[in-house]
Amino acid sequence: MISRFGSYVVRHIDSFLMGSLLFTMLVGLFVLYSASGQNVDRVLSQAANMGAALGILWIAANIAPQHLERLALPVYILGMVLLVGVFFFGEISHGARRWLHIGLVRIQPSELMKIGVPMLLAWYFSRRDNTLRLSNHAIGALLLAIPVAFIMKQPDLGTSLLIASSGFYVLFLAGLSWRLLIGLAVFAGVMAPIFWTMLHDYQRKRIEILFDPYQDPLGAGYHTIQATIALGSGGMAGKGWLHGTQSQLDFLPERTTDFIFAVFGEEFGLMGNLLLLLLFTLIIGRGMVIAAQAQNMFCRLLAGSITLTFFTYVFVNIGMVSGILPVVGVPLPLISYGGTSLVTLLLGFGILMSIHTHKKLVTS
Amino acid sequence: MRSRVIQPAVIKLPAWRRRVLLIVVMAGFAALLGRSIYLQSMHKGFLQKEGDARYSRSMKLPAHRGMITDRFGEPLAISTPVESIWASPPDVQATPRQISKIATLLKMKPAELNKKLANNTREFVYIKRRIPPELAKQVMQVGVPGVFMQREYRRYYPAGEVMAHLVGFTGIDENGQEGFELRYQDWLSGKSGSRRVIKDRQGHIVEDLEAVKVPQDGHDLVLSIDRKIQYLAYRELAKAVDQFKAKAGAAIVLDARTGEVLAMANLPTYNPNNPVNMAGRSRNRAIVDTFEPGSTLKPFTAAAALESGHFTPDTHIQTAPGILRIGPATIHDAHPQGMLTVAQVIQKSSNVGSAKMALTLEPQYLWGIYNHMGFGTPTHIGFPGEASGRLRNYKGWRPIEQATMSFGHGISLTLLQLARAYTVFANDGELKPVSLLKLKETPVGQQVFSAKTALAVRDMLELVVQPGGTAPRAQISGYRVAGKTGTAHKLGPGGYLADKYVSSFVGLAPASNPRLIIAVMVDEPSSGQYYGGTVAAPVFSAIMAGALRMLAVPQDAPNDNIVIPPEDAPEIKEVV
Repeated sequence: MISRFGSYVVRHIDSFLMGSLLFTMLVGLFVLYSASGQNVDRVLSQAANMGAALGILWIAANIAPQHLERLALPVYILGMVLLVGVFFFGEISHGARRWLHIGLVRIQPSELMKIGVPMLLAWYFSRRDNTLRLSNHAIGALLLAIPVAFIMKQPDLGTSLLIASSGFYVLFLAGLSWRLLIGLAVFAGVMAPIFWTMLHDYQRKRIEILFDPYQDPLGAGYHTIQATIALGSGGMAGKGWLHGTQSQLDFLPERTTDFIFAVFGEEFGLMGNLLLLLLFTLIIGRGMVIAAQAQNMFCRLLAGSITLTFFTYVFVNIGMVSGILPVVGVPLPLISYGGTSLVTLLLGFGILMSIHTHKKLVTS
Repeated sequence: MRSRVIQPAVIKLPAWRRRVLLIVVMAGFAALLGRSIYLQSMHKGFLQKEGDARYSRSMKLPAHRGMITDRFGEPLAISTPVESIWASPPDVQATPRQISKIATLLKMKPAELNKKLANNTREFVYIKRRIPPELAKQVMQVGVPGVFMQREYRRYYPAGEVMAHLVGFTGIDENGQEGFELRYQDWLSGKSGSRRVIKDRQGHIVEDLEAVKVPQDGHDLVLSIDRKIQYLAYRELAKAVDQFKAKAGAAIVLDARTGEVLAMANLPTYNPNNPVNMAGRSRNRAIVDTFEPGSTLKPFTAAAALESGHFTPDTHIQTAPGILRIGPATIHDAHPQGMLTVAQVIQKSSNVGSAKMALTLEPQYLWGIYNHMGFGTPTHIGFPGEASGRLRNYKGWRPIEQATMSFGHGISLTLLQLARAYTVFANDGELKPVSLLKLKETPVGQQVFSAKTALAVRDMLELVVQPGGTAPRAQISGYRVAGKTGTAHKLGPGGYLADKYVSSFVGLAPASNPRLIIAVMVDEPSSGQYYGGTVAAPVFSAIMAGALRMLAVPQDAPNDNIVIPPEDAPEIKEVV
């Protein structure tokens, strides 16, 4: 009975992926304990977030891909309606309009679109797998550009960047031609100066200061300088858990959220960074295997996009903390404090597991 | 189900697309790893140093600056603890109510306070320095994060302007700026300690990095000054400077036996507790300024004459007709006299008599006496900026110069040098060193004259204050007084000025056994009176009378010893 229940629970769970995720999240809890100044409440609250997110993962893993496929369009439309709602009625906090009140619930529609956009694009391309034309890619790009534009307008550069890349991965995997890609690259090169003028002042400043954080050591460059100092002073083996001076003495800003990697790097050093990158590599590798083995176009495109978006998360966050990318608001997946992004992430991994495990059931 | 219709051609993605993605992922992670290696092993040293600089701080622990006291331990300069309020603007979080409360406590305008706190680029801004600890406590109780207080010391000078020139004052960081505060900076300041600590970003001390270096408090400095005599000297000098509308003045009271300075007053003065508008007021004129002493120098000429063996106090010198020609120059007496003894030359301050005595002496001999008196060399009393005065080498002396020098022209001294020179008449010919610090034992001086000569000149100086002398107003009830007046034209850019004088008097009492020497100098009296006997002698007698009684010095004369010359008697005056 118990074993039957147990096997029911884990039926759609990929053990390798699950193991890697759980281990990474456990590391995250330890880092959070240190980064929050040994605040047990913070850790418990994050553990609760993880529990909820794992629940979502389990549900997603148990929904067959074909059902997901049917949900793609409705989810996208709902997401767009909510984004438009945010645009007009959203709540402003910290200078950005991201949240929407619906009755008692407060939601962030851009998070929904992190899954909604790749799902829709995967659905769109999978229906036209035999006859892919340039016009299909153009429509796909448009379906991607609309929500991205709304989110960028909020403004939320980090999220819009992640969604744009998740959509791009679908387009690329669906066979976006090289000629077009190169053409786009050239176009981007031309448009960059124009784009530059369209950026908000604070965004432009962030990019400028990326190249020379000491331009404004107490202002916009402060984050980067403090973070690189924290990382660098960790050295090879790190200062040890709970012994990072920069983080413990409050010199590091946003150290439980976007800059938590600096705390990790200071306390665990180069060795720790290697281990963490290895964990992320395992997760991404497993995701790529799942994508490669997926049984239809929709599954493959979606799985590939989710995996590569996860990689983008990791790359953008660590890149910004270690000072090779501009500071955009992207948390370190599975480690940073915060429930919303965790739920979205594990929802994605749940879909990955569903894609992988339902295939066997179908063939058997 | 539709998805079950498998079309192999579509399922298979071009392998190179997968490979490109794999390469992108690997390249991305390689970049992150490379950056990590760069930061954590190659660039580590610099970043660790930067990191340390952010949290380890060396804090200064101020040492308590020593007191300056008078000879009886009465404080003349003391440090009292005060607090300074400072803020780290980026860390300040205050409600408008808190701001206005702090502003009210510190008597600032809220706008002014806000402006200081708006300076977000700095991490240390003084809000108000040196406020009473009680007030600082109230400010801290408002409880605004990012606002701190810091212990400092404020120097307070109880004697204020009375002692300003000698004690001096300190700057805002307790560094001596003038006077003894400057001269004994190291002795008074002690050594500040230090503490290396770890501080968090809010400036809270988290822990000590190494043992605390305890500050070594400064030492106290005991001056030779007697505060009561100082107040007396200052008061009497100020009275005279005011009464005779003088530009400046100085008075010195010396212990005749030890050479300790018991009082040294200067005018104009300033308030060391609030040193502003100090131009021309901060100089300790008695030590750093020189002047041509005039007739107060004659006793040394007389002593040199007696010491040479060619003269006795009763040797007669013809001073008629009150004019002496030396080459193209002439020397005048203010009141032409006839035949005078050496004693009378001093009593009546005859320039002609003094010149005639001097001209019988070898220049080298006279120079040697003056040189032994310490003229032209600093007293080394240990005061910053002491002047040495000017005594020209005898090899260049012309006869007219030798003559005028004998009555104090063509030679310049500080008032301190002049006062010290008179110690020879109090100590049987021994010149005592002078000191501004309290001495444990009487120092040994240098014998310049024989005791016989010194006593003979002292007797002559007693005649000066008698009727027939230049300074009857220097007399004191109950004590015998010996002294000498001086009234000298001031030297201007084009020679001596006809209407500008320095009036002086130097004397000692009791004459039978001198305890005190007092020198008084009044610069440019402009009320019409300018004779040393009129302007400076009364200051001398007022200070001397008060000081002798304070020290309970036994009287050596009856209380009714003062003999005032009859109203119609011609006043004896001297001008050079």
